[in-house]
Amino acid sequence: MTAETTPARAGQPNQGRPSPSRARRGKLLRHAVGVAAFLLVWELAARAGLLPWLPAASASLARVAELAFDPAFAGDLLSTLTAAAAGLPLAVLVAVPIGLLLGTVPAVEETTRAIVEFLRPIPSVALIPLALFFFQPEINAKVALIVYAASWPILINTLYGVRDVDPVATETLRSFGFGSAAVIWRVSLPSAAPFIYTGIRLAASITLILAISVEYFVGGSGGIGAFLIQASTGIGADAMLDVIATLVWAGLVGLAVNVLLLRAERRLFRWRHA
Amino acid sequence: MLEIDNLTHVYGPGSPNEHHAIDGLKLSVAAGELLCVVGPSGCGKSTLLRSIAGLIKPTGGEIRVDGKLVRQTPDNLAVVFQDYSRSLFPWMSVADNVALPLRRRGMDKRQRREAAQEALESVGLAEAGRKYPFQLSGGMQQRVAIARALAYRPSLMLMDEPFGSVDAQTREDLEDLVLKVRGHHRMTIVLITHDIDESVYVGDRVVVLSKAPAHVVGDLKVDLPAPRDQITTREHPDFVRLRGEVGRLVRGVDAPAATA
Repeated sequence: MTAETTPARAGQPNQGRPSPSRARRGKLLRHAVGVAAFLLVWELAARAGLLPWLPAASASLARVAELAFDPAFAGDLLSTLTAAAAGLPLAVLVAVPIGLLLGTVPAVEETTRAIVEFLRPIPSVALIPLALFFFQPEINAKVALIVYAASWPILINTLYGVRDVDPVATETLRSFGFGSAAVIWRVSLPSAAPFIYTGIRLAASITLILAISVEYFVGGSGGIGAFLIQASTGIGADAMLDVIATLVWAGLVGLAVNVLLLRAERRLFRWRHA
Repeated sequence: MLEIDNLTHVYGPGSPNEHHAIDGLKLSVAAGELLCVVGPSGCGKSTLLRSIAGLIKPTGGEIRVDGKLVRQTPDNLAVVFQDYSRSLFPWMSVADNVALPLRRRGMDKRQRREAAQEALESVGLAEAGRKYPFQLSGGMQQRVAIARALAYRPSLMLMDEPFGSVDAQTREDLEDLVLKVRGHHRMTIVLITHDIDESVYVGDRVVVLSKAPAHVVGDLKVDLPAPRDQITTREHPDFVRLRGEVGRLVRGVDAPAATA
């Protein structure tokens, strides 16, 4: 289910394969080479004046470092992360029970399928005006929209995870006289946990997208989305530098969150990859 | 102990792929007996077992365990499934797997842990409690499943082709394990298998089912000397005679005419 498996796993013979730590170091090295090459092309392109509006990589990265010590930016970053971090657990609390219900009671799933299939493709960003209308102050609208958007992947993954539960496992517990509630709690939920977790990981990146989008839409109320608006309304090379440095920060945060969640996933679900 | 009267089960009655699995099956098992049920593949053996366990509701007939009509899973029953890799919970340690059903027995955590350890010792896995199922071989995993059933102290243990997924050597070890543990725990065992030799080697009695829709076509008492032994028991003239009889019943052929 996760795409992040090393290609060496795909049924190749064990002989001649480098040790895991060596393979890991090799992989990290290649990642670093890729990033370095990208930065070099960027730097050269900017210096050669191929893209006149583009600040050089070195200047941009310097600005990225500076921003970390800029209280205004740090406050905005914190406010974005707080909204995302508040929204994710709420989304889990909303989506997992609903997913369990839909996954275990087919009648409910069939009754709600049309509405789910209708709501799901609506881009959450398009709901920003509606959210601002219903939820005030804006921080509430931001969190509400994050919860809504982040709930979808968790809900869908829970639903399929629960459906995928092995009937032999369920029957085993039933054969010891356990009732439906115990089966859901002790078999369906733990068995679906890796699916649910993947849903949460997908949802985590969605929380950032929604937080920044709402901030950008509203403007003046904080968050790196608001910072981005202010930067982009400025004039000249400095404004572009701020915009690009903010993007780099958004990317770094997203990357860090994903790496942390992937590590935790490997730890939590070691039993699954055996 | 176990009374089955006129059991009938039809899957998807009225639908185009209606399947008549069991038809008018009668069977009675005495307390403490080890009954092997054999029959051709797909004959409804598993349907029978699932009906006894209350996992499916048969379309007709009655099953009684200890005189009580089976409507849902009886309290004093444990099942060992063929597919240990699917019936053990991979997210739990071996000890937790064995201890889980004991929650139904109202035991506290310490009692559950001790009972689980004792059951693991009785199947020769005293050291495996902290491991996870995927860290064990297939035969060891099935031992864990047997330990889980034993820890529950059922008066009726149902085994659905329990040795169907392990290699021949392991299979013999597990057959002997079942014979050993039934000596220690007083319980009735119904073991379903498609292996004719196994049914005669392990059973006190062998019941042969017909092709689907299944009914009983043969009911043989196995009077082999105890303790049974993988080599000498299988050489015993009665063993050879019985496996022939069971084999002919399974294949639905008559005994060859006696030649003088």
